[in-house]
This record gives sequence, structure tokens and C-alpha cells, in this order.
Amino acid sequence: MGLLVEVVNEMVLYSLDFDVKARDFDSAGEVSSNLRSVLKQLSLNPDVVRRSCIACYEAEMNIIIHSYGGHMEIEIFGDKIRITAEDTGPGIEDIELAMKEGYSTAPEEIREMGFGAGMGLPNMKENSDFMDIKSSKNGTTVVMEILFK
Amino acid sequence: MRIKVVELVEKGFRLVAGDNGIDKEIEGVYICDLLSWVMAHAKAKSAWITIQTHVNIVAVALLAEISCIIIPEDAKLDEEAKKKADEEGIPILSFTGTSYEAAITLYEMMK
Repeated sequence: MGLLVEVVNEMVLYSLDFDVKARDFDSAGEVSSNLRSVLKQLSLNPDVVRRSCIACYEAEMNIIIHSYGGHMEIEIFGDKIRITAEDTGPGIEDIELAMKEGYSTAPEEIREMGFGAGMGLPNMKENSDFMDIKSSKNGTTVVMEILFK
Repeated sequence: MRIKVVELVEKGFRLVAGDNGIDKEIEGVYICDLLSWVMAHAKAKSAWITIQTHVNIVAVALLAEISCIIIPEDAKLDEEAKKKADEEGIPILSFTGTSYEAAITLYEMMK
């Protein structure tokens, strides 16, 4: 029985794919809004929905604000959601510094819109149960998992 | 006391978008213009007061489960934001006074 549950939990029950364009503020939040409707339909715990949406929104905004464009994949398993955000360049120079609340490299005109508060990565870490960042000059990949507990 | 968004209309708040969400309940008030900060800290069912008027405030409100957005000092809402708020049913209200005055009006109503 335990093994069966494990096998079911390892299966992707639902997956979503999106391209995210650099500096496309008009469509910003669309990935997260889509994720929200899917999760609501699955009647998941509201806290899981909220945390997943916040983590997803911040990843989406980071691609829009900081990258040359990217791609997001969301996989829903029996016991968790995995959000993978992948982008092309310029990468995060110092991940440890970028993880600090309030640290931001966003340009002034973007800050005026209320973005670039330096809360993106900290919010992602706070709202996910697992987070991994890999970054080079060619781009960044962030993987986050939110468990249904 | 909980109030509904529609009750604000009688207190000097003008509904400018998201008419189909006016029955939402308000349980508190949150004031901030930094979007990520709002996402991280605003409680669900808050009335959110912000001077940001662009389309992204609608996504933030939706994801943070905010009941309505209040734009103080008669700042003009972007057309795109109005469209999106109508689509998503997020009420947006315009207010002539400052954020502080909007907050104390809400406080009095919720007392």
C-alpha cells in the first residue's frame, strides 16, 4: 500500500507550460493566475494555493524584470507542486546577496511601478518547502516545491 | 466588524472597476505600494490602499486574495487595469482623500 502511494505521488497528474517574455508587464501575473484557477479547481488547501501562487508570481516577475525571456513549467503531483522557472541571461551574480530581503538590482523605472523591492527571492523561499537556484551568465533556473501537507 | 465592498460606495469611495466583486467581505486594511511586500504580508480579505494604478495591481490582489483595491488622492486608474479588474471581479475604488483618510474611514466603518 505504501509503495502504491509512493508511485502515485511520483506521477505528474497535471502540468502547465508557459513562455514568459522579458519586460512584458502587461501580461505579468498570467502564469500565476492560470495556476491559481487550476489549483482552485482541484480543491487544494487554500494555504497551498496561496503559497504556490506567491512563489509562482515572484518567479514570473523575476523573468520579466531581470532576464532576456524564459519559460515556466508547473507540475502537479499527488503530494506536491513543482514550479520550474528557466530563463536566458544575464544570470544572478551573487545568489547569497540576491536572497537578502531588500537587495535588488531592478532599474529605477521598474521600482517606481512598485516592483524590485528586493523581496522576490526571499518570498519564493518563504513560500516553498524546497528551492534550488542555479545561475550562470547564460541564465538562471529556479526549482521550487510546495508540499500538500 | 466585517463590511462589504459595496458599503464603501456610500462613504465617499467611487467604484471605478470590478463591479461584479462588490459583495466581497473586508476584514482589514493594508497600505503599501511595493507589490512583493503586499504579496508577502497582506492578509486575505484585506482592502488594499495603493497609489499604483497599473494593471499589475489586479494580479497581486487576485493572488493575495485581497477584497478590493483603493486608489487614494483621485489618482487615475490605467485603462488596462480597469479592463483586467472587470474581467477578474476585483473591485477598484477611487478616493479623494489621502491613504490615511481612507484608512480611518474604513476603521470607523469596521469598529
